[in-house]
Amino acid sequence: MNLRRTNGGLAFGQLRDEMDKLFEDFFGPASALQRTVGQRTFPALNVWEDGDRLLAEAELPGVRREDLEIAVVGNEVTLKGKRSVEHATGLTFHRRERGTGEFARTVKLPVAVDPDKVEASLQDGVLHLVLPKAEAAKPRKINVKTS
Amino acid sequence: MSNDTNLETRGPATSEPTGPERTRGGFCVQPPVDILESADELLLVADLPGVAANEVNINFEDGELTIHGPVRGTADQTKRFLLREYGVADYLRSFRVSEQIDASRIHAEHRDGVLMVHLPKVEALKPRRIQVAVG
Repeated sequence: MNLRRTNGGLAFGQLRDEMDKLFEDFFGPASALQRTVGQRTFPALNVWEDGDRLLAEAELPGVRREDLEIAVVGNEVTLKGKRSVEHATGLTFHRRERGTGEFARTVKLPVAVDPDKVEASLQDGVLHLVLPKAEAAKPRKINVKTS
Repeated sequence: MSNDTNLETRGPATSEPTGPERTRGGFCVQPPVDILESADELLLVADLPGVAANEVNINFEDGELTIHGPVRGTADQTKRFLLREYGVADYLRSFRVSEQIDASRIHAEHRDGVLMVHLPKVEALKPRRIQVAVG
């Protein structure tokens, strides 16, 4: 036996579970949902502005197209889906760092986007979103009339 | 079965690994992995989002398995971030693998940003069920 349990091993995981349980007892079971896939808020998101549109990326390794649901309402984007186990069952785990299960996350954008023009693509486990700003949210150049 | 464990990670998580330095600068992150064992093989599953299948490098040398996944991202400095929850960096992680693995038969597949490396055990180590002939 020469497997070393460093950080990320059992002790930390147990401690985290205990802490989560404590928080859950105190604040209610909201955090239980987020814990199903990994321990952090999932998926992690990068959102940036590019002129008249917002671009967003999320890392979703192992999530299939058909298992992902994207909803845009006003300025809220919801990502919902699940990650299933891709290997055969009945194997012995020596190390388990990847989470599986269902996730759901809603983020509020600073501006409203046009839900009809949202484009999404999933490539190599990364979701790319193009979110054109709603007409009302676009900046307008105002010409000053000269008299 | 768990006594047969023969994979070991090196270095702390999310830092530049020790050992020979890479020629190219920049940060690397250690991808999260699952390591599973069956009767025939060890299976390493790693999350490498953003890495194209043909760009994953898997190297096995002197009993050390290294997975390296370059990420092709645009320069982050030019972006006007509204929300920034992760940084894009290449993936790099090394494992020490014992001689119980048949290096010549290591194979891998990469799908949806998930890498699966199959490390078959050498034949002699596979558990065998001996049939007792009824005479």
